[in-house]
Amino acid sequence: MKSIYENEMKLEFLSKSNNEAFARIAVAAFASQLDPTLEELADIKTAVSEAVTNCIIHGYEDMEGIVKIESRIYDNTIEIEISDSGKGIEDIKTAREPLYTSKPNLERSGMGFTIMESFMDEMKVESILGMGTKVTMKKAIKKYEKSKEEECMYV
Amino acid sequence: MNSKYIAEDKLLLLEINEELDHHTTETIRRKADFEIEKYMPKKTIFDFNGVTFMDSAGIGMLLGRYKIAKMLGGSVEMINVKPSIKKVFDMCGIPKIIKIS
Repeated sequence: MKSIYENEMKLEFLSKSNNEAFARIAVAAFASQLDPTLEELADIKTAVSEAVTNCIIHGYEDMEGIVKIESRIYDNTIEIEISDSGKGIEDIKTAREPLYTSKPNLERSGMGFTIMESFMDEMKVESILGMGTKVTMKKAIKKYEKSKEEECMYV
Repeated sequence: MNSKYIAEDKLLLLEINEELDHHTTETIRRKADFEIEKYMPKKTIFDFNGVTFMDSAGIGMLLGRYKIAKMLGGSVEMINVKPSIKKVFDMCGIPKIIKIS
């Protein structure tokens, strides 16, 4: 079956906090085929780290579960879907507000969704109570013209 | 994380040498609190030279240490912050609370 996307990948892992680094590095490696700048790559890593941390802390509340990542590439854009089958969000609008956290005792800053929103071009949150939460993010990677010297460097 | 206390200046230097996320902040938080409570420094400086990645967990950790240091009569500063990390600080309004030099 031919994919309608230029490339796609799927990843599933246990909701352990030491997988946060694995997840953001894996997605960054997948995104690197779009030739992003270091800044764009850092933005993607930060957004992925926020979403995966949310699945672990809020979705599964530190119980064991599976975190899923699906990512697709098309039109110089990377789309990343990060989901859990955890407890879900009761009020998405409130959860998205800057500085809001449902777990103030954990020293959470409440900036997770705000960071995802501003580091990526688009962010969508879907959630069903008791079923889980899915965050979908998109970022266009600007094509930049490499200078002659740079091209020479890669030849 | 490495720590250094300079007694004559009542200065505590905390060098962070890992990526700051929800997983790593747990240990750093415990170590930093231990040092701050032990020395009650006038100034605590977080050296970010070895930090190549940070998400909002790092912000939560820093604000927590800032509160404790302030309660004990001290101040907090950050040095050697890389541009990609400064971007996260700026977005969260941290420069208004903690000095970055």
